[in-house]
Amino acid sequence: MYKIPMAEYIDKGVRWMEATFGNGMDAFSEGFGKFIRGFEHILQIIPWWVLILIFAVITFKVKGWKLSLGTILGLLLIYNLQLWSAFLSSLVLVIISAVICILIGIPLGIASGRNNTFHRIISPILDLMQTLPSFVYLIPALLFFGIGKVPAVFATVIFAMPPAIRLTDLGIRQVPVDLMEVGQAFGSTPRQLLWKIQLPVALPTVMSGINQTIMLSLSMVVIASMIGASGLGGGVLEAISQLKIGMGFEYGIAVVILAIILDRITQSIGSSLRTENK
Amino acid sequence: MAEKIVVSELIKIFGNHPQHALKMLKDGKNKDEILKETGYTVGVHNVSFTINDGEIFVIMGLSGSGKSTILRCLNRLIEPSAGKIIIDGVNIMDLKDKELRNFRQSKTAMVFQQFALLPHRTVLENTVYGLEVQGISKDQREKKAFQTLDAVGLKGYENQYPSQLSGGMKQRVGLARALTNDADILLMDEAFSALDPLIREEMQDELLTLQEKVRKTIVFITHDLNEALKLGDRIAFLKDGALVQIGTPEEIVKNPANDYIAKFVKGVDKSKILTAEDVMKKPQPHMLLRDGPNVALRIMKQNGISSVYVLDKQKHLKGIITVDAALEARKAGVISLSEIELEQGPIVREDTPVLDTIGIIVESKYPIAVVNEEGKLVGIIVRGSVLSALAPDNSDDVENEQTSLPLSDTDIPTDHSNNQEGV
Repeated sequence: MYKIPMAEYIDKGVRWMEATFGNGMDAFSEGFGKFIRGFEHILQIIPWWVLILIFAVITFKVKGWKLSLGTILGLLLIYNLQLWSAFLSSLVLVIISAVICILIGIPLGIASGRNNTFHRIISPILDLMQTLPSFVYLIPALLFFGIGKVPAVFATVIFAMPPAIRLTDLGIRQVPVDLMEVGQAFGSTPRQLLWKIQLPVALPTVMSGINQTIMLSLSMVVIASMIGASGLGGGVLEAISQLKIGMGFEYGIAVVILAIILDRITQSIGSSLRTENK
Repeated sequence: MAEKIVVSELIKIFGNHPQHALKMLKDGKNKDEILKETGYTVGVHNVSFTINDGEIFVIMGLSGSGKSTILRCLNRLIEPSAGKIIIDGVNIMDLKDKELRNFRQSKTAMVFQQFALLPHRTVLENTVYGLEVQGISKDQREKKAFQTLDAVGLKGYENQYPSQLSGGMKQRVGLARALTNDADILLMDEAFSALDPLIREEMQDELLTLQEKVRKTIVFITHDLNEALKLGDRIAFLKDGALVQIGTPEEIVKNPANDYIAKFVKGVDKSKILTAEDVMKKPQPHMLLRDGPNVALRIMKQNGISSVYVLDKQKHLKGIITVDAALEARKAGVISLSEIELEQGPIVREDTPVLDTIGIIVESKYPIAVVNEEGKLVGIIVRGSVLSALAPDNSDDVENEQTSLPLSDTDIPTDHSNNQEGV
């Protein structure tokens, strides 16, 4: 029976892209890698207790003293376990990936929320991004960007961006009809409609999209360590491969602490918007 | 009165390509046939009406009658399929995007059933919305908003969020937002339907008071006949997307165009609609001021009554004379009633609502005299006529109601030009 030569075509395509864009990609990868390391370096310079204090203030502002206290204890534990540097490197990876996801995802989500054709085109692509096993695109990412943090960010962005797009789209579509009518009846331009009505009303939903994006970024950190992202994920990987159960737990708990802090911060920003809205 | 809005042969068919359905409609096919053949719903079918400057025009109908669709056609939130809508001499169907926005900014303002306040904005920020999109400066728009918020009784609530307000207050914000825009035309889509009955009445009263001051052209949508009758200078009755009757509240109550409206009208609280004029009887017997007590006594004896109204030559009401007073006057040798002081009974103007006469008639031992603007006696109201006018109708026909209203047979408006039969 005839087999569609899908694999062959894709191989060819990847090789072609490597040959054509390879140099450009390398240059980009180098520049972007420097940027990431620079960011990481800045955080390393700041004394650990100052960073803990900054986290404590942020969590206190958005939620309250309970979360703030928990954050301080959690971060102190990480410092005590001597995972501080790995923690920072993962944090940088998450922040950079999430920012890229938001910068690309929210405009795409707005476009998809306002345009049905675009929505129909982008939906299957998002499904693909979320369900395709990540190793499948990790390897080509390696080919393009080499080993290190850049392909890790690339893979993380692919995996974590869909919720930002989907929930922005959903938020825009869920704006009640009569609020849209208010905008139109008072003679708003499409731009005014977007900035004064659609986006502000959709904001809580958009925020929960951002929250999910951050969580997914974090969950990608461990996988990304396989292509040299180091950080907390690197530690977990090392522990697994050497059967160091205790060490695995230490790193694992540090990931959990980071996850909880980021989740609570973004969630309480989202819910404070929500209560104001109801 | 100047014509503000002229709607002619408005048709709205819901669906993407209504041309075929439109043609079927022109060929005289009905709603059901079109739905069956094309799957398209006819929302508004060939509706024409004129709204005058400064009047409250109520569009009344049950859900699905097309009333909200018509309202949204007036500012093209819904695109009409065919017909003309002329507002201040401009056919708004011809407006392009930018012109349409300008038209919406300057000519119309809308109030919504579910208030439709922007949840992320304070009361003040909601109120300025219309001016904000027009690019009016912050100082100016807030100054204007403070005035209208004050006018609707929301002073002091400027910085609250909609979530902190009750339903009635939310709709005040909705009203203030519309008024701040200072458009000539207010489009009110079931504006009070979502409110509690008591709050609703209060808002209706306030709208009427406000209207005295602002004199807007108001198009008010409702499914509540009592509300329609209370607010409307004129009412348009819709059924299944077609116009059944247009008329003043009185015309609709007294002279429903068909059984459908008659059924509606049966449940109406008539004491608010009918006026003294509708329930009064002919002012007989009465006597003239120049006559003496003997004439009074003879009239009373002939009619079997104990008091009689006294008029001057121009039929101005001068008072009442009772049997006792007449006897006393005869004893005193009075020749003309103009020499003595007459008793005064209760008097109402002919346009007084019947509701207001009930209290008077319960208190008074005399019938109520009904006078016109010049003070001439035009009728009297006795207890019986009030009660019979307010009694619920007898089952099936409307004719009963008319015979129970004295004078109604002479009073039915003969001008049927603006009554339009449903199709």
